[in-house]
Amino acid sequence: MPSPLLQVRNLTTRFNTERGRVVAVDRVSFDIGPGETMAIVGESGSGKSVTALSIMRLIPTPPGRIETGEVIFEGKDLLTLGDAGIRAIRGNKIAMIFQEPMSSLNPALTVGLQVAEPINLHRGSPWGKAMAMAKDLLGRVRIPDAASRLASYPHQYSGGMRQRVMIAMALACQPRLIIADEPTTALDVTVQAQILDLLKELTRETGSSLLLITHDLGLVARYADRVAVMYGGRIVEAASARELYKNPRHPYTLGLMASVPRLDGEAGRPLVPIDGQPPDLAQLPPGCAFSPRCRAATDPCRVSSPPLVDVGQQHLKACFNDVRA
Amino acid sequence: MTSELNGAAARLPALAAASGDEILRVQDLKVHFPLTKGIVIRRQVGTVQAVDGVSFALRRGDTLGLVGESGCGKSTTGLAVLRMLEPTAGRILFEGEDITAHDKERMRPIRRRMQMVYQDPYGSLNPRMKVRDIVGEPLEVHGLAGDPAVYRERVDRLIALVGLLPDMAERYPHEFSGGQRQRIGIARALALEPSLVICDEPVSALDVSIQAQVVNLFMELQERLGLTYIFIAHDLAVVRHISDRIAVMYLGRIVEIAHRDELYKRPLHPYTEALLAAIPVADPEVEARRPRAIVKGEVPSAVKPPSGCRFHPRCPKAMETCKTVDPPLADLGGGRAVACHLHPGPPVSV
Repeated sequence: MPSPLLQVRNLTTRFNTERGRVVAVDRVSFDIGPGETMAIVGESGSGKSVTALSIMRLIPTPPGRIETGEVIFEGKDLLTLGDAGIRAIRGNKIAMIFQEPMSSLNPALTVGLQVAEPINLHRGSPWGKAMAMAKDLLGRVRIPDAASRLASYPHQYSGGMRQRVMIAMALACQPRLIIADEPTTALDVTVQAQILDLLKELTRETGSSLLLITHDLGLVARYADRVAVMYGGRIVEAASARELYKNPRHPYTLGLMASVPRLDGEAGRPLVPIDGQPPDLAQLPPGCAFSPRCRAATDPCRVSSPPLVDVGQQHLKACFNDVRA
Repeated sequence: MTSELNGAAARLPALAAASGDEILRVQDLKVHFPLTKGIVIRRQVGTVQAVDGVSFALRRGDTLGLVGESGCGKSTTGLAVLRMLEPTAGRILFEGEDITAHDKERMRPIRRRMQMVYQDPYGSLNPRMKVRDIVGEPLEVHGLAGDPAVYRERVDRLIALVGLLPDMAERYPHEFSGGQRQRIGIARALALEPSLVICDEPVSALDVSIQAQVVNLFMELQERLGLTYIFIAHDLAVVRHISDRIAVMYLGRIVEIAHRDELYKRPLHPYTEALLAAIPVADPEVEARRPRAIVKGEVPSAVKPPSGCRFHPRCPKAMETCKTVDPPLADLGGGRAVACHLHPGPPVSV
């Protein structure tokens, strides 16, 4: 394996809330290789979005704080960079695409201006040249009639077209890594497929890596090379996508797969739900966060938190028990 | 599989819910909303054709899935059946009675027989009311509360029925998770012992691990209480799991209606095909083999729907006629109907 583009080591992010100290991301470590698509999958409160925001140093402080860890990108630890240093990376070498394109775009500025801005800012291209590049970018994300659409405002675009604009902005400075946080959750399924296919194709062309944050196991199966499953702020299992789906080893991963109806599965067969409720981060149980819902839990699970260990072929799991499909 | 289906239902018209006791029939339903401009002098500048000629029938004890992307009219159809929205045209027959023109007073007894479960378990429960009062409210509204002891016991039974614990009755909605709130919403919908329950995206706001709990509860309750469901959702995998028949909607119309397995194994309308192809399957090996027929563009506005077939601007198989001639919903036998020029047949009888 070539040396990783991004190395996240022992990342811990906490928030001070009314209900006490919440550890949203707890000692999370993973690598992303060049050109690789990695997915972080989890439910609400699993820490997947906070992980993405921590990498970009976008955690509002206070109430949040990155407590420990390193995020090594091109030999530099992003967590120790000064403000100017991180701003030179954000939107330039690492770009981010959010769930809601409408709230990520400035309603008062034309689309052309917003796509051209990062080129002007990071590359120092004069506005005229940046606008010409913006036109090319809108064409690359298949916005029809790009030249005349430059002067339109975000509200004049449909939901899918706005997300294309976000992709164009993300691509503007030829980033090495694109972080996409639930990029299609607000879109219809046919548009979702268009957007993710486009994103995948463009990253393939430019050789950049993609970190896809999602709750959808189907999207992970379709688009990711590697997957990390998060629960209660921790990575509980990680492997190549094929390995994870064929041979899930953590009870939570197994539970998720059994609880989702599959379009190609047998219809009407009762689903096997995961008992109980998603964890409350302010009141995590001692030991493994999944233990109160886990059918395989034993006494040690309720006392100490299992470490993430390699069970072979770069398949990692954080579980004391030997659970298989 | 196909022959078995065709054999059983070949002679029956596509929209009849095969054999058995029919509970609901919707005939050529239209719900149009006027589009107005101006504050002082309001004038109508257009019409949103949210539902534009929808027909289907439903057999007692069955589940009809309504799927489609945003703006296809699936929720509007559900609300119009409940008469919470005024139909512009068409007929709604519930348990043999034409309720299309019923006034409020005459709808009252009907409302006891058809209830709704909403998408948002956060927005649809009054935060100042205890669970006990939320669940019992329909009984009070309909003057069925009766003797306090009997009322109390009835509410307790409902709370147990949906899998909540007895002591939860005295708590407030904010103390519950999304899945539990949806159970409260279901208990309230069942308080009047309805025969038809319209479920509008009832699991889409829930976490993946919780969805299965609620889907199983719906199926269990149907079995125990003989409920009939209209299950409205955009998630085709969930809809296929719970439904007997599925109607696929696009821009205010049903474009295809079929038995769930038929629809999945042999989609006939190009839109159904596109919808199925767009949904990823949670298995990388299956995904690597699947053909990728990605449809272009987005759903156009229901104010100015395209001429001819409404899907033609996005359809990979569109022909010349599709641009001008609107294909009627054709009865292909076997309980299946499709509105596409590629699959002609006699028009369905509504």
